[in-house]
Amino acid sequence: MLGPNGAGKTTTIRMLATLLRPDAGIARVLGRDVVDDADEVRGLIGLTGQLASVDDDLTGRENVILLARLLGYRSKPAKARADELLQAFGLDDAADRLVKNYSGGMRRRLDVAASIVVTPQIMFLDEPTTGLDPRSRNEVWDIVRALVGRGTTVLLCTQYLDEADQLADRIAVIDRGTVIAEGTPARLKASVGQGALHVRLLDPDQRAEAGRVLTRVLDAETQLAADPAALSVPVQGAERASEAVAELSQAGLELASFSLAQPSLDEVFLALTGHPAEEGEQA
Amino acid sequence: MSTAPTTQPLDAEEPAERALQTALSAAARPPPPGPLSAAVTFGWRGMVKIKHVPEQLLDVTITPVLFLLMFTYLFGGAVAGSTSEYLQYLLPGILVQTVLFTCVYSGVGLNTDMTKGVVDRFRSLPIWRPAPLVGAVLGDSVATPWRQRSSCCSACVMGFRPGAGALGVLAGMLLVVVFAFGLSWVFTTVGLLVRSPSAVMNTGFMALFPLIFLSNIFVAPSTLPWALEAFVGLNPISHLVTATRALMQGGASASELALVLAEAAALTAVFAPLTVRLYRGKG
Repeated sequence: MLGPNGAGKTTTIRMLATLLRPDAGIARVLGRDVVDDADEVRGLIGLTGQLASVDDDLTGRENVILLARLLGYRSKPAKARADELLQAFGLDDAADRLVKNYSGGMRRRLDVAASIVVTPQIMFLDEPTTGLDPRSRNEVWDIVRALVGRGTTVLLCTQYLDEADQLADRIAVIDRGTVIAEGTPARLKASVGQGALHVRLLDPDQRAEAGRVLTRVLDAETQLAADPAALSVPVQGAERASEAVAELSQAGLELASFSLAQPSLDEVFLALTGHPAEEGEQA
Repeated sequence: MSTAPTTQPLDAEEPAERALQTALSAAARPPPPGPLSAAVTFGWRGMVKIKHVPEQLLDVTITPVLFLLMFTYLFGGAVAGSTSEYLQYLLPGILVQTVLFTCVYSGVGLNTDMTKGVVDRFRSLPIWRPAPLVGAVLGDSVATPWRQRSSCCSACVMGFRPGAGALGVLAGMLLVVVFAFGLSWVFTTVGLLVRSPSAVMNTGFMALFPLIFLSNIFVAPSTLPWALEAFVGLNPISHLVTATRALMQGGASASELALVLAEAAALTAVFAPLTVRLYRGKG
């Protein structure tokens, strides 16, 4: 589920996880009504909320034991399960430290570990990588892939097209509480159009010349960045981008760096709705 | 939003991957816990928190001792003719006073919890819904005698000689704990109604101070003007103190005990469902 702040992602997840009663309408999770069969729904789902759903005043180990006990494990198996999960999530060294002293990435991993004490049939993840450094983000992504590989359905909310692209089989783009586009990442991106090639030169004085080369090779207008050595150009596909980069070096223009970026969420929104992503009311 | 390639050494990645897979493929889900078992688990959570932050209870362990010393040696002679005489009168009241203040902490704890994501997780579990509340209140009540050891030990050193012996003191404490269970629900209700933990604390202490001083904790009501004496006679805290004194000194009457138990039951009957309703409605 992809959308900006205030689009209704968190509200949707809270309703599906039986935390919030829908004002109107019907929602079913695996065929169970979220209002009438709330208890049954709770037996099938796992939830990792936007605020990390772990207890700051307990240690990591105690957090997992607490969850295991609440899910029906007896004392000893609960401890064993906690050790197993903490090890799998690389938290065994920090197991006996209070969670309030954990880093953001560690909290998230603990959070996910706690929600898979029993493997849920459906897992709700609400912006699991917001505020994480790239390394922790990759770790969370690996965990999500492993979960999916084990047959758990994951419903993930995100503001990042990149993340949706990496993890999702199906993406729903939502805006102001309404699904405005739905489909595979490939289809969605095709409907949005192209990404951009960002280039940064070693010598800022060569920017004008680099711009001419890129315009010639890619047949598109270049955009100058605020950085005097950088510019970008719309491009369709990695192959065309690498051709352009090759042309640049043939022309004797040395690059400090280059990258191929996907359309941003803003661009997706612009393409799909005709208006930029707006911050609505916080959900 | 560029996709930076991430390189990780393969041999370091693989064992982690395997551990993750094993953790995910754990055995079948155990049956969910019964209401009592879930509540006891939450009680355990409360105790573990206290273990990690013992200074949180400093005021409820040290303050009563200060009160005991101050009132006995400053006012004892004036109020009861001798300090040792007054101590026999005062100690049961001090124990009651301590417990009343700890009841406020039940509300503070709940209010703090509600601001955190962990409550979302609890509410998305297939457990008896009031379990987190009942568990917390139960945990606080059961921990009470442990918190009162400092007052009791000090009093014994100072010359407290209960007529009904150690068993009488224990029986008195038990009665106080039962009453505390009822009263805690009042403050959990407050905890869900007001905005911040400090507001719970202020509201709680503001309500308790007049009730504590306008009771028979410190002075015999017969010495008061008739209007005050009438109020003290109606104050449930006076009933509790009277019954506790009787249990500790010997000669408790069934009607005194029944009155206290009925008051505890009434508080629970009114405020426990109210707390549960407020808790369910949050979200």
